[in-house]
Amino acid sequence: MSQDSMIMHDPLSSSDSQPVHQQYLTFSVADELFAVEILRVEEIRGWDRVTRVPNTPDHLCGLMNLRGSIVPVVDLRRRLMMPIIDYSATTVVIVLKVVDGRQRTVGLVVDAVADACQIDSAQLQTTPELGRGIDSRFISGLAENDGAMLMLLDIDRLLSLEALG
Amino acid sequence: MTIDVTQFHPVFFEESFEGLELMETGLLQLPPGSSDTEQINSIFRAAHSIKGGAGSFGFRAISDFTHGLETLLDELRNGQRSITAELTALLLQAVDVLREMLLAEQHGVASDNARVSEVSRQLQSQLALATDCAPEAEPPLSGASSSAERHWHIQFRPFRHLMQTGNDPLLLFRQLATLGELTVSADTSAMPGFVDLEPEDCYLSWSLRLSGAVEQAEIAEVFDWVEDDCELEITALEANEIVAVTAPAESIGRAGPQPGKTPVQSAAAGSSIRVATDKVDSLIDLVGELVITQSMLSQLGEDFAMERLSQLRDGLEALERNTRQLQEGIMGIRMLPISFSFNRLPRLVHDLSAKMGKQVELRLSGGQTELDKTVMEKIGDPLVHLVRNSLDHGLETPAVRQAAGKPAIGVLQLNAYHQGGNIVIEISDDGAGLDAQKILATAQQRGLVTAGEMLSREQIHELIFMPGFSTAEAVSDVSGRGVGMDVVRKNIYSLGGQIELQSEPGIGSTFIIRLPLTLAIMDGQSITVAGERFIIPLIAIVESVEIKPEDIKSVAGKGELFKLREQYIPLIRLYQVFNLSPEQTELTAGLLVIVESEGQLLGLFVDDLLGQQQVVIKSLETNYRKVTGFSGATILGDGAVALILDVPGILALYRDDSGLSHPTRGQAA
Repeated sequence: MSQDSMIMHDPLSSSDSQPVHQQYLTFSVADELFAVEILRVEEIRGWDRVTRVPNTPDHLCGLMNLRGSIVPVVDLRRRLMMPIIDYSATTVVIVLKVVDGRQRTVGLVVDAVADACQIDSAQLQTTPELGRGIDSRFISGLAENDGAMLMLLDIDRLLSLEALG
Repeated sequence: MTIDVTQFHPVFFEESFEGLELMETGLLQLPPGSSDTEQINSIFRAAHSIKGGAGSFGFRAISDFTHGLETLLDELRNGQRSITAELTALLLQAVDVLREMLLAEQHGVASDNARVSEVSRQLQSQLALATDCAPEAEPPLSGASSSAERHWHIQFRPFRHLMQTGNDPLLLFRQLATLGELTVSADTSAMPGFVDLEPEDCYLSWSLRLSGAVEQAEIAEVFDWVEDDCELEITALEANEIVAVTAPAESIGRAGPQPGKTPVQSAAAGSSIRVATDKVDSLIDLVGELVITQSMLSQLGEDFAMERLSQLRDGLEALERNTRQLQEGIMGIRMLPISFSFNRLPRLVHDLSAKMGKQVELRLSGGQTELDKTVMEKIGDPLVHLVRNSLDHGLETPAVRQAAGKPAIGVLQLNAYHQGGNIVIEISDDGAGLDAQKILATAQQRGLVTAGEMLSREQIHELIFMPGFSTAEAVSDVSGRGVGMDVVRKNIYSLGGQIELQSEPGIGSTFIIRLPLTLAIMDGQSITVAGERFIIPLIAIVESVEIKPEDIKSVAGKGELFKLREQYIPLIRLYQVFNLSPEQTELTAGLLVIVESEGQLLGLFVDDLLGQQQVVIKSLETNYRKVTGFSGATILGDGAVALILDVPGILALYRDDSGLSHPTRGQAA
């Protein structure tokens, strides 16, 4: 029962039916705006030191202690092969619920949180080939908010177990 | 309204398996000719509730099979027949078949029908025998002969609340249909108009006709669970004799006994655990104390001044005490007495000793020693294997024993006790002990040792734990089928435990198993490597030493060896296998932690030792995956995560590593 209630619907699948408003959390990484479904967000935390796991890919920063459970933390810049910068005061970890086979909790390091906004599913555009060096597999759609372009992240794919190495 | 009865299945299976164990233990304790009615009664009751449960859940094959078993037990109980060795063997077989049938149902696979019908046939023939031997025995309840075809009329008028008690007439009728030919007609006259219909109430009543070789008691038994919730009349049609069983309810609305108990946990939870109420009560007390301490501390924190420092200290002390007690209490919930594992053994010894023509007395002691449920589940198979091993290789046949001046009956003893944070299980026999010459010869034959190599007795004992070693001259049914002591040792290692062997030729052998009490908490040694903190399980550590340059031997292209007293052991630089950038690479500046893995010593080069502490083991797999070289992680006092080293995994990493960048294969000289 708990399983059912926590599985979210895929933003893509709702786009062909009647318009549905969905809440998204937007955040910035390397001057790009990204968005994730707000219902997937468990919490947002300031960056804190994590414990590195030997012999794992670079984009896995390490493990953090989330109230007693061990949660892997992924750096979005490294994951998307974007230029790397030092973490600053605005650097945050967005704790997300990821579903691939089973439900897991994963932290995502981003430059800064921007806003929460509502996106009409009718506004969603399918992802064109992105010429910006961002892997389009991880972008499930594009939307506009206040004149800025948002890239909706497919976090299940981005943070799948294989991807975490 | 239909209740999804499948939610009760796990409870039914669990209780049934417990019942079977009870039956098995009971049967083994019944010597031939015994008339211990208490014992027989408890065996009977176990069979009866399995049958009842199986009937309610529609496991017809199981309830049919159990019926024969139950009838036999009933006759034993009534003194119509007496226990013989043969009968015990048959009953034990029936218990086995029943267990297989239950397992098959539980996993949704087909059971071995040939075996079921064979044992069922044997039960029937035993029953037939009884009627010959004891024709004057007490007549069955209704006084009618059992075999003749009879016709029954059953008037079943459930009270309205029947469905709310979790009973379903459909299941009852299904059960009845197993007894003979059944015709059912429903009386709908009591149905109210649609507006007044209360969908959860039962407005129907039924009249049923049942034809077959059925006793009234058997019919009444089907209605056992509902007799408080209905009016029931069972009438024999031909034998003008009317026996009415009318059972008016004492008060409407009171729920009658339900099939099975209310499940403690939801069916989805998979495995469950039964906890004694007093354990839960004491936990509640502890939580109460914790709450008091917490409120005391928070009051203190509101307006704290230095003069109240001692109060703060007291409070913190109380907090520490509460936490520790709570921790122990919670651990206690997962703790079960080891007798759960021991209980499987009398049966095993009984069967095996008969098969091998040996006479064995099994002594079990320390059955009340508690250990973690998870550890218990994993230690069962190794224990069985060790007991088999002792019976097969250790204890001799009565003739050989008497020739050696020993009593004909061999003694196999299992003992369990707590020692420190560990549980120790000893399996000892007074058999022949290990034959060092034979072991050595076999090992040479298998190429495990080279001919002419001199080995101490301990080293020879160590050989039996090597993969592919078995001294049984002929591969017997009992042991020596390739699953050897190496698997036993591997299982025990994987639980973080250890096994050792003591053996005296002619006097006997003792295996000593040491296991951690729980897999949730362990004693760990904190270390640092390249600025990161790690935990090494204390049980794996042999010693920690400083490194002197003269003790290091670098083998060109083969890595480094460390001379530990008279032995060269592989030296593993942890920063290298972990691919971390080291703060120092100078061996003399760090320390070497000597650990044991699968009987081999290894030296782990670390920067520093920090301290020993108890750590709570957290799984990496909950949100991530298994990482080679680590068994889990823990949270340190400052809230940071530290990884727990898995020594066999480190060895694997080291071997992989050495194949690539650092070609080394650890070789003990």
